[in-house]
Amino acid sequence: MIKAILIFNNHGKPRLVRFYQRFSEDTQQQIIRETFHLVSKRDENVCNFLEGGLLIGGSDNKLIYRHYATLYFVFCVDSSESELGILDLIQVFVETLDKCFENVCELDLIFHVDKVHNILAEMVMGGMVLETNMNEIVTQIDAQNKLEKSETFIFQSPRQDR
Amino acid sequence: MPAVSKGDGMRGLAVFISDIRNCKSKEAEIKRINKELANIRSKFKGDKALDGYSKKKYVCKLLFIFLLGHDIDFGHMEAVNLLSSNRYTEKQIGYLFISVLVNSNSELIRLINNAIKNDLASRNPTFMGLALHCIANVGSREMAEAFAGEIPKILVAGDTMDSVKQSAALCLLRLYRTSPDLVPMGDWTSRVVHLLNDQHLGVVTAATSLITTLAQKNPEEFKTSVSLAVSRLSRIVTSASTDLQDYTYYFVPAPWLSVKLLRLLQCYPPPDPAVRGRLTECLETILNKAQEPPKSKKVQHSNAKNAVLFEAISLIIHHDSEPNLLVRACNQLGQFLQHRETNLRYLALESMCTLASSEFSHEAVKTHIETVINALKTERDVSVRQRAVDLLYAMCDRSNAQQIVAEMLSYLETADYSIREEIVLKVAILAEKYAVDYTWYVDTILNLIRIAGDYVSEEVWYRVIQIVINRDDVQGYAAKTVFEALQAPACHENLVKVGGYILGEFGNLIAGDPRSSPLIQFNLLHSKFHLCSVPTRALLLSTYIKFVNLFPEVKTTIQDVLRSDSQLKNADVELQQRAVEYLRLSTVASTDILATVLEEMPPFPERESSILAKLKKKKGPSTVTDLEEAKRERSADVNGGPEPAPASAASTPSPSADLLGLGAAPPAPAGPPPSSGGLLVDVFSDSPSAVAPLAPGSEDNFARFVCKNNGVLFENQLLQIGLKSEFRQNLGRMFIFYGNKTSTQFLNFTPTLICSDDLQTNLSLQTKPVDPTVDGGAQVQQVVNIECVSDFTEAPVLNIQFRYGGTFQNVSVKLPITLNKFFQPTEMASQDFFQRWKQLSSPQQEVQNIFKAKHPMDTEVTKAKIIGFGSALLEDVDPNPANFVGAGIIHTRTTQIGCLLRLEPNLQAQVRLLEERASYARAVFWLWCGMGPKWGRLRSSERCVPLCNLRCPADT
Repeated sequence: MIKAILIFNNHGKPRLVRFYQRFSEDTQQQIIRETFHLVSKRDENVCNFLEGGLLIGGSDNKLIYRHYATLYFVFCVDSSESELGILDLIQVFVETLDKCFENVCELDLIFHVDKVHNILAEMVMGGMVLETNMNEIVTQIDAQNKLEKSETFIFQSPRQDR
Repeated sequence: MPAVSKGDGMRGLAVFISDIRNCKSKEAEIKRINKELANIRSKFKGDKALDGYSKKKYVCKLLFIFLLGHDIDFGHMEAVNLLSSNRYTEKQIGYLFISVLVNSNSELIRLINNAIKNDLASRNPTFMGLALHCIANVGSREMAEAFAGEIPKILVAGDTMDSVKQSAALCLLRLYRTSPDLVPMGDWTSRVVHLLNDQHLGVVTAATSLITTLAQKNPEEFKTSVSLAVSRLSRIVTSASTDLQDYTYYFVPAPWLSVKLLRLLQCYPPPDPAVRGRLTECLETILNKAQEPPKSKKVQHSNAKNAVLFEAISLIIHHDSEPNLLVRACNQLGQFLQHRETNLRYLALESMCTLASSEFSHEAVKTHIETVINALKTERDVSVRQRAVDLLYAMCDRSNAQQIVAEMLSYLETADYSIREEIVLKVAILAEKYAVDYTWYVDTILNLIRIAGDYVSEEVWYRVIQIVINRDDVQGYAAKTVFEALQAPACHENLVKVGGYILGEFGNLIAGDPRSSPLIQFNLLHSKFHLCSVPTRALLLSTYIKFVNLFPEVKTTIQDVLRSDSQLKNADVELQQRAVEYLRLSTVASTDILATVLEEMPPFPERESSILAKLKKKKGPSTVTDLEEAKRERSADVNGGPEPAPASAASTPSPSADLLGLGAAPPAPAGPPPSSGGLLVDVFSDSPSAVAPLAPGSEDNFARFVCKNNGVLFENQLLQIGLKSEFRQNLGRMFIFYGNKTSTQFLNFTPTLICSDDLQTNLSLQTKPVDPTVDGGAQVQQVVNIECVSDFTEAPVLNIQFRYGGTFQNVSVKLPITLNKFFQPTEMASQDFFQRWKQLSSPQQEVQNIFKAKHPMDTEVTKAKIIGFGSALLEDVDPNPANFVGAGIIHTRTTQIGCLLRLEPNLQAQVRLLEERASYARAVFWLWCGMGPKWGRLRSSERCVPLCNLRCPADT
């Protein structure tokens, strides 16, 4: 099971936080810091797996991460997940983001938190992998956008929006 | 076209985020956030009703603020309101907020559940999807209560869309994880299994995840999934890479589904031959594909391919039954050990660890020792080095122990601080376990202290002292070695402790050498004294007084030291007291007394290595995976069935019948009080655990142990269990010996003592876990410390589970700890006996039984049995010389119970009468039962002796 999915940048600023196991808000923040600390000090080209920090359950859990440009994508999983499978899932996630945002960058994640959540929700649900087929995911997201567009045209009038 | 166009969206949200990003300081950021929070709060509280769009915008802002690490304590209500919107975008943001930020406000949960219920019933797949997501993400018990019945229906309904099925499967899985009791198995299970045949691979993947989790707890229910999973896997593995179209990932067909299917198969033992052949083909194909040239240079291709490969290897290891596949797996992993991808080296080391414990592949794993040692030396990544240490530990056996320990020691010099303690423990364990030559052991541990003294815990140095004391062949060498090690100008305090203790005990063995004369030994130790902490100094003071005994020639020197102000007036009470007492002892005691007081330490009782226990604690229960546990539980279920057979059914057909018979007989002065009926029944009801039923014959063996303490308790083709026990007053100690009769290792060997709740309060058992592997032909020992807290009737059950070859073994035997073990004989004169006998005449205090002897009566045998039972045999007490009379006291922590016993054999009728009186009625009932199976019983129809004959002669 996936316990948490964290995306933060090279300075440890969180860009996406998704916990599938309940932690208090304080603990969530501590876990983010701890994870950043564990992951960021590692060299490039070392392996992508390490034992999880104490807060999230210690050595029973693994952190599986990838570093893309300015962002770390970290999945915290228990022993029932395949390490390489999760590593590929991260890749699918990033490729999907790239398709949806066209050359995705950190700013897209910042300004479209809700969209990123929606894309993730098409892949992972309650800590379990829901869909791995990128075309299927993109189709779903497209459908959502169409729905959204149609609603905007019908209901939303232009306005001063602050 | 990008699916998310950057232009549209909520402008207010974008402006707010930009503001935050432009903040120059943390303070400015907090100020901006507080301003926004106040704004949103006032909007929410304001009179003007907000439209859906505004609500959505504000909720999004709150989400963003939450992401920055600020607590959000409002807005939940607005989010819940969004759930009932008819617009997708609003509904979606509402669900998102709830999923990320829900709190356990029960009022709110009710409203949320209501909204979910409506969406589930809407038959709009998008809305249903959102609702299912929310349930899965929150996964609370309230939600399980509300929806656990509904979701299986959605999952198996014929008209449900694929995407909804997918979500429903995972949703159900989540609810089962959080509240398994609320998800009952039912008709739907067989239909879920058939989802493995579904056209849509996404549905199959989700269903496989669900079935894997359910099957771990309900293996029987999902047994049919095995053949379906194998055929599905076979179709994927043999398909051309284009067959599965979208589910082909970088030329690998459906890698995630393959992984999941292989995981599912790991819930079950190897399937029956027909399916097995097909599975073996699949596994071989996967192994073959690993050797083919890659279809793409991309790392994603190799990742996906190897994810499947590693899972296949896990399954091969799990089945542990095909030597051919195991060796191929091992060779494949061997290749990975040298792969340029760090990830693969890491995973190969990890998988090999489990492979090392299989008898088929242990040797094959060992051939890679040089590579692994090399990894330890050259890997740049500490995670990988740690896996290398684990693997070396796992592959260690007698043949390579010296090399591995040496390598670990040399690695320790440069090892990362975070893993040093673990390595120290591992080295200490391996050195002890595989020591043939104990001088090597002593050298190793001293090296360990030299290299990583700070990480050597107390358990490690205690253990070396225990071993040196218990093995006289190594004592001289140990003394010489510590003496030499102490010569170093700076040595670790742990070395001073070990050195101090060993020289104090065995310094005499090297005192003949003028280079290590008593005075030199003493000066050497004392030169370290002032640098040490208080506990070490205290230990050294004890060493000094031992020297006074061993070497009279240094007595005055030592007395001078003890007499000095720094000792006698030391600020530390412990040191001062030792100095004063030792000084006094050395002055007043004669040599004889001194020699007795300071006699060499007796050998330590053999017990489980405390270091091993510590390592286990450190590593946590993670060594046993969920799967492993599930497997174990399953094997218990399969062998045991739901209803454990009553413990005593085998030898006593109707245990409560005689009690009823006795009680029902009209005038029944000796009948038990009505309340006791339950007690006796308790005795025979088995402990309510889900472990295997008691092994056949164990009841007979159990009865045999009522009157003796040592012997073989259980034996089958694999395992022999021997017992040796001793009891004194209310305390006892039992040594349980587990002998592996085969030539194969037992794995995951776990003996557990099971006491019913009742028994637990009355009988305290303490023991340490044993080593989980038992080598072929080896014997391991477990010590159980026993205390009788109060009188008890049941006996504890010893349950042993282990893996032998590919199969799980589960054995339960009753452990013969019976109340009479705490029986201390009491001698008593005839007059006293009958006086007490008369005092104990109330019905609650008396039990009698008449029974037919099973065996011809032999006076000597009977006497031996009464003594074995624990009571004193009182001769010349009873006026009738044919009768046997006994007396004793049962000791418990809380009380002492006196018991008197008379046995009146009637040789003609081969009927014996056993009477017992105790000052404590419950105890007596128990004694009855303890004796019962052994002495035979008389059913009510056979009551041939008139009751008056039961009266004690002194009464008449």
